Amino acid sequence: MKAKIIVTPKKAVVDPQGKTVQTALEQMGHRGIKAVHVGKYLEIELDGDKESARKSLDEACHKFLSNPVIEDYKLEIE
Amino acid sequence: MNFAVLQFPASNCDQDAIYAVRALGHSAHYVWHKENSLGNADAVIVPGGFSYGDYLRCGAIARFSPVMQAVKQFADNGGIVLGVCNGFQVLTEAGLLPGALVRNRDLQFHCEHIFLKTATTDSLFTNQIPAGKILRVPIAHGEGCYFADDATLEKLKTNNQILWQYCDATGNLTDKSNPNGALLNIAGICNERRNVAGLMPHPERACEPILGSDDGKLIFESIFAALQNKATAKAA
Repeated sequence: MKAKIIVTPKKAVVDPQGKTVQTALEQMGHRGIKAVHVGKYLEIELDGDKESARKSLDEACHKFLSNPVIEDYKLEIE
Repeated sequence: MNFAVLQFPASNCDQDAIYAVRALGHSAHYVWHKENSLGNADAVIVPGGFSYGDYLRCGAIARFSPVMQAVKQFADNGGIVLGVCNGFQVLTEAGLLPGALVRNRDLQFHCEHIFLKTATTDSLFTNQIPAGKILRVPIAHGEGCYFADDATLEKLKTNNQILWQYCDATGNLTDKSNPNGALLNIAGICNERRNVAGLMPHPERACEPILGSDDGKLIFESIFAALQNKATAKAA
């Protein structure tokens, strides 16, 4: 089983990396870009049943893998 | 007075902190991150550096180390804890201080001397700083931009928890004098109970005139005075 976790900066937090990437994309001629957010992607391979994995990883996301003060996360298990 | 200075893998201001405390006439000892006890400590310094390589987020892994459980207990019992630079990041990650430190707004690592205004002398960390004195101390960080939500910022203001703010040479809180984009020019804060503080600048690197400034020692002298008061109150 594989868990996929995407961590992104909260909208209220200034994201200078995202802004810089956006500027670079615009300079390369890409049009219509409204915003870029740079985050993190974690892939976790694990055994066990899906529901308990979701429960324990959700807790890990909240306590450790993301910082709820500045980041949001999305957890998917497949 | 005896200071415990924590050592994580990749701490790099631990020796500076020990040196500063000893040079100012007090004792200090290292405490390795795997220790469960702080030894016979009157105060704790969480030093600067890149604990655990700054992997995941600055301070995110250090906060789960055994020694941080001891620091949490020490702080819960009213002990004095000062976090410098990465130490500040560790304390916010550990929930001992509100808010978070994010990437500098210009994405650059800043290594320079800056000016600090002391927002209140009513704290264990600022009581020896003369009113109106502008401190000149170095910073060296890539992720020192203080962030907190509006409700937290309001609380910090109401409770007088903002201790230091970036300013220009004459004490004006300008955007230009803010090296990293920190909200409200915040360089350092304390918790609500006022026994735990963190700041991005390095007072331990500014304790002797030969280093270009000895303004940082006022912060250490404030802690010494606070500990002395505590000891006197206990004896009485």
